[in-house]
Amino acid sequence: MQTNPYIIEATDLRKAFNGECVVNGIELAIPYGGCFGLLGPNGAGKTTTLKMILGHSPVTSGRLTVLGMPIAGDISRIRQRIGVVPQTDNLDVDFTVKENLQVYASYFGISKQTIDERIARLLPFVELSEKADTRINQLSGGMQRRLSIARALINEPALLILDEPTTGLDPQVRHLIWSRLRELKHTGTTLLLTTHYMEEAQRLCDDLVIMDHGTILSRGSPHTLIKHHVEPDVIEIHGAVEQLPAASRLTGLDVRVERIGETVYYFTSTPAPLMQQLEDVSDIACLHRPANLEDVFLRLTGRELREG
Amino acid sequence: MDWRCPKIRPRLLLVWRRNLLVWRRLIVPSLLLNFGEPVLYLLGLGLGLGRFVGEMAGMPYLTFLATGLLASSAMNTATFEGLFSVYTRMGPQRTYDGILATPVEVDDIIAGEMLWCATKGMLSSTAILVVAILAGAIHHWQAFLCIPLFLLIGLCFAGPAIVVASFSQSYDYFNYYITLVLTPMFLFGGVFYPVTTLPQAVQPLLSLIPLTHAIALVRPLSTGAEVKAVGYHLGVLAVVALIGFYLAVVLVRRRLIK
Repeated sequence: MQTNPYIIEATDLRKAFNGECVVNGIELAIPYGGCFGLLGPNGAGKTTTLKMILGHSPVTSGRLTVLGMPIAGDISRIRQRIGVVPQTDNLDVDFTVKENLQVYASYFGISKQTIDERIARLLPFVELSEKADTRINQLSGGMQRRLSIARALINEPALLILDEPTTGLDPQVRHLIWSRLRELKHTGTTLLLTTHYMEEAQRLCDDLVIMDHGTILSRGSPHTLIKHHVEPDVIEIHGAVEQLPAASRLTGLDVRVERIGETVYYFTSTPAPLMQQLEDVSDIACLHRPANLEDVFLRLTGRELREG
Repeated sequence: MDWRCPKIRPRLLLVWRRNLLVWRRLIVPSLLLNFGEPVLYLLGLGLGLGRFVGEMAGMPYLTFLATGLLASSAMNTATFEGLFSVYTRMGPQRTYDGILATPVEVDDIIAGEMLWCATKGMLSSTAILVVAILAGAIHHWQAFLCIPLFLLIGLCFAGPAIVVASFSQSYDYFNYYITLVLTPMFLFGGVFYPVTTLPQAVQPLLSLIPLTHAIALVRPLSTGAEVKAVGYHLGVLAVVALIGFYLAVVLVRRRLIK
């Protein structure tokens, strides 16, 4: 049915606010199925990209098609098949849990009977069955987030957009949400995720891009990005770091060193001889771990703080 | 700015229905405000002041006042809904952010909101009509023809209110509109006395006040008198409603679609 193999396709996509480029000519071809991650520090252009995909922000220049339809066309037809879990919950506080789903479903033109069927399925899916008649302001933050997810699924979307879905949630809720998102992936829903948690991206995303300053820095699966951008092993050292062997004594060992405040990071592909040398140093705590997506992220986007 | 002509689609009723569902739960305090206040005016001024005034413009003062309040109540109710409720849903409550992730667009939201503001205006004016009939101030069956007119009056005032809400940064901004526009209209628009008693110099300005056109229709219609220049007065109300709708859509687009 669909001739276009991509659920989202962007060519030289740009967005400028008052002459300032926030998204600066990105190319993005996201295939149907799986979970795609959009990662980057604050101000990287992730949220603006999502807004353009939803028609909440007019494209300054370039081409953007979503679900095979040009974004400049009938945005209602595109939104009919998208679900959105926004960064800040915007549930309807005037209604109960169930009414939120009923009213939201009505915006999609879903028939009363279908609405009831879907609610009967979605409330247990996000474990809110007992809260069906509870008002929104009586729900905890985690419950509101789960309801936002159920609400985003009420139209059985082909594309589910999640803008930092687990920010500010406790580990129990995060794990529940992750497991539900994986289930959705298996049923064929395409997920598009932005997050600040590299652990989350590493667990969920099959493919991702790291963005900064409106451009795409790198793309790949979490595994290939780690392999491509950083050494496989990391040794983090806290404590009396001034006692560490001078860099000159490490030259034979293929080690890259970064020091941030009182922490030293050794990135290496040969951890064993390095660990041996470190055994002689007193008053330090060593943590030897495999490199992860966070190392890639910091390597690509730098360590300076971002505002906003 | 997106100046494209707004679409009017059946989807606007979904937004209207959402508001109706919320209102159903708040029906008592809501009616108390929209209906109780004009009734107090009617009884307080109409009975109290009416005793001294006697007749005004050839009718008992209670009747004169009641027929003015019929029009001004639709105005006030639609205005307050368009200011406070629309602003709340657009800003602090983020209701529109949620709705805009669905096929419903800004055009539909504003059309639905205007219809809702007008519906509330119509309900409160109709409630006053019933009280006025029970109080013996109105006794002509034509008065019921005013009910669709209340809806048009509501539409006329909902647009400008939503325009004000669309560029306000807090609830305090509404004071400008209420003090500088709404209250003068209420006091000088012919609710409490005929506008012809105002100085000759300001007479041309009075026809710029939409409320005078609303009253020019409601007062004769509800007292069984002949309504003059129907097309002209209806036209003014309809044009204000359409301009208000257009500007409200453009400005809310500017606020929400960046």
